[in-house]
Amino acid sequence: MKLLTHNMLTSHVKGVTKGYPLLIKATEVKVNQLDFNPQFVSRMIPKLEWGALVQAAEDLGYRQDLPGELIADYEQNEEFLKKVHRVLLEVEVMEGCLKCPESGREFPITKGIPNMLLNEDDA
Amino acid sequence: MKLKELESCLQQVDTFEEPKILLEQYPTSPHIAACMLYTIHNTFGDIDGKLVADLGCGCGVLSLGAAMLDAGLCVGFDIDSDALDIFRRNAEEFEIPSLDLIQCDLCCLNAEVYANRFDTVIMNPPFGTKHNQGMDMKFLRAALTMAETAVYSLHKTSTREHIQKKAKDWGVKMEVIAELRYDLPASYKFHKKKSVNL
Repeated sequence: MKLLTHNMLTSHVKGVTKGYPLLIKATEVKVNQLDFNPQFVSRMIPKLEWGALVQAAEDLGYRQDLPGELIADYEQNEEFLKKVHRVLLEVEVMEGCLKCPESGREFPITKGIPNMLLNEDDA
Repeated sequence: MKLKELESCLQQVDTFEEPKILLEQYPTSPHIAACMLYTIHNTFGDIDGKLVADLGCGCGVLSLGAAMLDAGLCVGFDIDSDALDIFRRNAEEFEIPSLDLIQCDLCCLNAEVYANRFDTVIMNPPFGTKHNQGMDMKFLRAALTMAETAVYSLHKTSTREHIQKKAKDWGVKMEVIAELRYDLPASYKFHKKKSVNL
């Protein structure tokens, strides 16, 4: 699970009104090299929940020095875009779980794939 | 990458060992996948550098093809862990890092949380026949919510009128892009109204 994907994931446990962002509890994290595409990263940034991304990166120990508030004019800032590229697309959680911030329900991540399926009880 | 190269790469993608009838698991043939992706890429420019979702990705032939055509990232969604396992092995064998997977049930997915987060959605959904009536339309509805620009989906010709009607109800523009043989699917493109780029 890459952090770009994590940035979109929400818990749908019954009764939960704000199942976002999911807390990452990782036991294995890996960094997979991916070609840097500055245009793609620039286009993704405005759609992100920036705070959730920075928090996730922090939790995994890959925050680098990403600021808590999104900076202005990032499109021209290649150094910044490279850091965002790294946390969005290269850092991957291989094993661990995602915890719903409201219900505490945990969704396992196995071999890099988060399992968001619910049981009948919590659907 | 040429169409033939793409098709021959996709021929090496492993598919279902034991397809599950209830989930209507049938693989997208390499030929159909390559033609579909090539058109989306070349004619519409909706893959290269885009964030792509593949709903009901199965073993990942469409996702892998999209990644080969330089999608920024392609995220596969499927309910079945066996299919996802094969997908993951395929991605490893091809050494393609621009893929990610989510195991979830698209029928009870609240697509609103993904609203417009993806540029493009590609899919070969369940045809929604027999056990799964209406499943194709559920997938389509979710896809249209998730995609900002366009949805490309394979459907049976026999459901075209119904889909046309639904597209009109939903306020999206539908276009038949290709009719493919094998009595299987016809390929459709759905444009969201706010971003019709034809």
